[in-house]
Amino acid sequence: MNSVKKLLGYVWMLLAPALICFLLYEAFEKISAAAAIHKANVTLQWVIILLVFTPICVGFFIFGKYASANEYDHLPETSQEIE
Amino acid sequence: MSQEKKQSSIAFVIGASSVGTLIEWYDFYIFGMLATIISKQFFPADAGTAALLSTLAIFAAGFIVRPFGALVFGRLGDLIGRKHTFLLTLVIMGGSTFAIGLVPGYATIGWAAPILVLILRLLQGLALGGEYGGAATYVAEHAPAGQRGFWTSWIQTTATLGLFLALGVIIFIRSSQGVEKFSAEWGGWRYPFWISLLLVGVSILIRMRMSESPMFSKLKTEGKTSVNPLKESFGHKRNFKMVLLALFGAVMGQGVVWYTGQFYAQSFIETVCKVEFIQSRDLMLWAILMATPCFVLFGWLSDKIGRKWIMLFGMLAAIITYRPIYKQFLALTNAKNRIEKIDLSKTVVSPKKVIIDKKDNTKIYVVQHFDTAYTDGAVFKYTKTDTLQLSASYDPSSSIDSLSTTQLILTHSVKPNVVIEKTMDHSTYWSLIWLVFIQIVYVTMVYGPIAAFLVEMFPTKIRYTSMSLPYHIGNGVFGGLVPFLGTLIVEFTKSSANPNGDVLAGLWYPIGVASVCFVIGLVYLTNKIDKNVMD
Repeated sequence: MNSVKKLLGYVWMLLAPALICFLLYEAFEKISAAAAIHKANVTLQWVIILLVFTPICVGFFIFGKYASANEYDHLPETSQEIE
Repeated sequence: MSQEKKQSSIAFVIGASSVGTLIEWYDFYIFGMLATIISKQFFPADAGTAALLSTLAIFAAGFIVRPFGALVFGRLGDLIGRKHTFLLTLVIMGGSTFAIGLVPGYATIGWAAPILVLILRLLQGLALGGEYGGAATYVAEHAPAGQRGFWTSWIQTTATLGLFLALGVIIFIRSSQGVEKFSAEWGGWRYPFWISLLLVGVSILIRMRMSESPMFSKLKTEGKTSVNPLKESFGHKRNFKMVLLALFGAVMGQGVVWYTGQFYAQSFIETVCKVEFIQSRDLMLWAILMATPCFVLFGWLSDKIGRKWIMLFGMLAAIITYRPIYKQFLALTNAKNRIEKIDLSKTVVSPKKVIIDKKDNTKIYVVQHFDTAYTDGAVFKYTKTDTLQLSASYDPSSSIDSLSTTQLILTHSVKPNVVIEKTMDHSTYWSLIWLVFIQIVYVTMVYGPIAAFLVEMFPTKIRYTSMSLPYHIGNGVFGGLVPFLGTLIVEFTKSSANPNGDVLAGLWYPIGVASVCFVIGLVYLTNKIDKNVMD
C-alpha cells in the first residue's frame, strides 16, 4: 500500500499544475470568445475562479510531494506525534 | 458526576451549541434560497441571466471567504477560548443578515445596492467560517470517549435543519403574502432577513449560560495553550500534512456531495425542470425532514465501525448515481413523457394582457397564460410575453388584437419569452421527493461523521484553527461553488445548434471532485478511531 501512496503522490504532483494550465487555458478561451461577440463580461468570474483554485492547486501539489516522500505511510496516533 | 447528570449536561451543551449553529446556517442560506428575487432587486431589471449569475457570484463570495473566517476566528478560539469566539461570530452573522434586509434595491440606490449586499455577504461568510469549527470542537470536547460521533452528529444536523428553517420561513411568508407582495422592493422576501435578529438574540442569551470547554480550560490553567495557532497549524509540516489530508481525502468530497444534494438539486428542479416555486421547495422540505435522522444514525454508526468507510461509501454512491438521478428528474417533469390525457375542462387560455413599459410608453409587453391541466392533477402553466415597439404611445382603449391595424408595430420580439411553471401530480411529486431523499442520505453519510473525524485528527491546543480551515475550504469553496460552477459549465455547453446546452453537464464538477477525494480517502486515510482527544 505504501508504494501505491508514493506512486499516487507523483500523480497528484502532475495533476496540480495540469489543473492550473487547464483553468488558464479555459479562462483565456472563454474571455476571448465573450469579448469577440460583446457578450456579458466574464473576466471577473474567471479571475475569481483562478484566484480561488490556484492556491488550492498549490496545496494539492504539496500534498502530492508529501505523499511521494512517504509522509503518509504512518499516520500519527497521538498528538505528541504531531506536535 | 452521576451518569444522569453527565447526560443532561451534554444534552445542554449540544442544545445550546446547536441552536446557535442552526441559526447561523439559516442566516447563510436564506440568501441562496432567494437568489432569483435578490437578482431582480439588486441588479438592473434587464440584466437577466447575468444578474442571476452575479447574485450566485455574491452568494459564492460568502463561501469563498469562509476559510478566512476560519483562520481569524479559529486563531481566536485557540487563544481566548471556544465560548467567546463563537458568541462573537453569532453577533456578526445576525447583524449582517439583518442589514441585508435593510439595503434598498437597485431602483433606489443603483450600484451601491449590490456593493453593500456583497460586503454584508462577506461578513456573513467570515462569521460562519468561525462558527462551525467552534461548535463542533466545543461539543466534541464535552463528549464521552466512544460516543464522539454520536454527539457531534447533532451539530451536523444543524446545517440541514438551518436549510429546512430557511425554506420553511420563506414558503410561509410567500404563501401568506402572495407572489407580488413578496417580490416587491420592500416586500416579504426581506422578512426572513429581519427575523434573524430575533433568532440570534435568543441564541446569544442561551450561549451566555454556557461554560468554556473543559479541555481548553485545562490547557489554559496549565498554561499550555498555543502562542501562535496559525504557525503551529500550518507552519509545521507534521500538522500541515494532516490539514492537507483532511481537505483532499475527506472534506472536499463531502463538501460537493452536501451542496449538490441540498442546493444544486433544488436549483435544478426549479430552474431546469421548471417545477413551481412553492412545490420545488416543499419537496425539499419533505426530503430533508425524512433524511435528517440519518445524520445521527451514521454518527452513531461511525463510533462502532469507524468514520472512513461510511464517508467513502456515501461519496462513491453519489459519484455513481448522480447522473441517473438527474436524468430521472428531467424524465419525470418532461411534458413529452406524460401519458396522461389533457383535462380540457380545466385547461385555460387567458385573454392577452398589455403592460406598458414604465420608461417608454411606445413599448408594450403582451402577456398571455396557457394553463394545461392533466387528468392526474398536474398543471403546466406557460406564460408567453411578446415585446412590441410601436410607432406611437399605446392607446389602452384599443383592443390588442386590432393593434396592427390601428398602430404601426416597428419591432416584434423575435422569440417570445416563455416562462414555464409546472405543478406536478401527487405521484410524480413523491418520486421527486424520493430522488432528493436519496441524495440527502448520501449527505448524511459523508457529513454525519465528519466533525468527529476532524476533531480526532488534531491536538486540542490548535484544534479550532486546524480543523476549521480544511472544513471551510472543502465546504465553502469546493461545495459552495457547486451551484455557480454547475450553472457556468452548462452555459459553456450552449451553442446556436443547442441553445439549451447539456443541462446535466454541471454535474461533472461534483462528480470529478468527489472521485479524486474518494481515491485519496481510500488510499491514505485510516479507519482508526482516536479514543483520546484530550491530548
